[in-house]
Amino acid sequence: MSNLTEIRWHGRGGQGAKTAALLLADVAFQTGKYVQGFPEYGPERMGAPITAYNRISDTQIRVHSNIYDPQYVVVVDESLLEAVDVTRGLKKEGAILINTPRPKEEVLPHLKGYEGKVYTIDAHKVSMAAMGKYFPNTPLLAAIVKVADIMDEETFLREMRASFSHKFASKPEVIDGNMAALKMALEEVR
Amino acid sequence: MAKRDRLSGNEAIAIALRQINPDVFPAFPITPSTEIPQYFASFVANGQADTEFIPVESEHSSMSAAIGASAAGARSLTATSSCGLAYMWEELYIAASNRLPLALAVVNRALSGPININCDHSDSMGARDAGWIQIYAENNQEAYDNMVQAYRISEHQEVRLPIMICQDGFITSHAVENMELLEDDEVKRFVGEYEPENYLLNPDCPMAVGPYSISDYYMEAKRSQAEGMKHVERVVLEVAKEFAGISGREYGLFEAYHMEDAEYAVVMIGSAAGTTKDAVDALRERGEKVGLLKIRLYRPFPAEAIAKALAGVKAAAIMDRAEGYTNHGGPLGADVMSALYRAKSQALAVNYIYGLGGRDVRVEDMEGVFATLKQIAEDGDAGETYRYLGIRE
Repeated sequence: MSNLTEIRWHGRGGQGAKTAALLLADVAFQTGKYVQGFPEYGPERMGAPITAYNRISDTQIRVHSNIYDPQYVVVVDESLLEAVDVTRGLKKEGAILINTPRPKEEVLPHLKGYEGKVYTIDAHKVSMAAMGKYFPNTPLLAAIVKVADIMDEETFLREMRASFSHKFASKPEVIDGNMAALKMALEEVR
Repeated sequence: MAKRDRLSGNEAIAIALRQINPDVFPAFPITPSTEIPQYFASFVANGQADTEFIPVESEHSSMSAAIGASAAGARSLTATSSCGLAYMWEELYIAASNRLPLALAVVNRALSGPININCDHSDSMGARDAGWIQIYAENNQEAYDNMVQAYRISEHQEVRLPIMICQDGFITSHAVENMELLEDDEVKRFVGEYEPENYLLNPDCPMAVGPYSISDYYMEAKRSQAEGMKHVERVVLEVAKEFAGISGREYGLFEAYHMEDAEYAVVMIGSAAGTTKDAVDALRERGEKVGLLKIRLYRPFPAEAIAKALAGVKAAAIMDRAEGYTNHGGPLGADVMSALYRAKSQALAVNYIYGLGGRDVRVEDMEGVFATLKQIAEDGDAGETYRYLGIRE
């Protein structure tokens, strides 16, 4: 399965890492891919580290194990850099995406000599600017779609608008803010 | 017309239930099956199902209410996991002995303790002798398809037994995967209206349900349950054949994956079978004659058909996601080995305990099991037949 993309998300309970993984599965599905999006729960409580996973493939996915050697890792909460071995098994041909306001040089020492590409985005800044509230998963979703080249930006934004229109049918006023966060994140990831 | 979708296993079950539109659904939440009544309650609130949804105060009550509704002549069900299923224990036997065709959506989770919310089969395996039909799924598609077929099997006039539709907690219940849904009217036509023959709310034929049975009758009552069970294999296959007609998806008592010429076989239940298929494919590419027998119908146990499917193998590993504390393996191991014995099989068989409390199973783990089977066949000796996979000793 050379076309298989595997992504691991590290977040804390309540931050939406699981929701982001499910949204990514959703949008990749819309482009005709086979997808998996699933969480791995430790203790069920707010703030505890949680892991979520995505598989995206051109062929049917049958494996039901967790992901140990991902191409991509997304760190939703940078405090996890010190608590969790986030680069474990991460392929050097892949990349890690970290939510942080800090310059790249400051997070590199936490990555245990990871040789692949490192991307950062200040999801807090993007989220506050676009939505006035802190929902890191919306900007991170856009950023990983760009970093992992899951689909072109135009298709992504079109599918996300459709998805938000469905998800937020009862509160359409939040759709524009979420769309703005996605667009801004596509520009801000570096 | 089938509809492509991507859903979690719990959503898939809830949608199947909306399409079936049962009469009564009493529910009490427990992780990881909570989403099933949660999604379904929103369908009821939105007018997409006219089911009587009853929030109750415990699993003892949810099963009791499902039994009461079924005895009254309604099509009923509930959903649960783990300790919730354990708390239904008394009622499980009452549903089965009264020959009530109700359904239970089980999302498999380890029993406490230690307390654990993740998948193993200890909950439904503990209920394997309660007189219920048990059907298991590898993935979300199978969970949905099994739910759609459930009442046709359970309500069949020669069966009339309750049915558990099981899927793996979190691994499929909380994983979004691709699947195909049937149209609502296709499901409604397939499942049909429930027309009970004997029921409490029938003024023309007053009857009692669940009376005391003295020693002079009790054994005949149990024998009648066994008679119902005898018809299940045939009915499961008939229903599956009809289901293939509307869905294009074929089901049997089990799935034989590359078993035609297999010399080494793994027998297992549930989501890890998908992982094992990847291991089988990888080993087949290297010329290894390996196969997988994935159990779908576990109760009643299709012993003869399974022994026949394993007739050509040199060695088999039977994988149990539950302990039996017999000091020689788990429940599936006991059932398969007894089937092999009765078929006078010469296969060398070992029984692994794996995946307890959500312990992950990887493709490499299953390749390792096949390597062990090859070694056993070369040695001509199974060695220790009671083994643990991926344990820290």
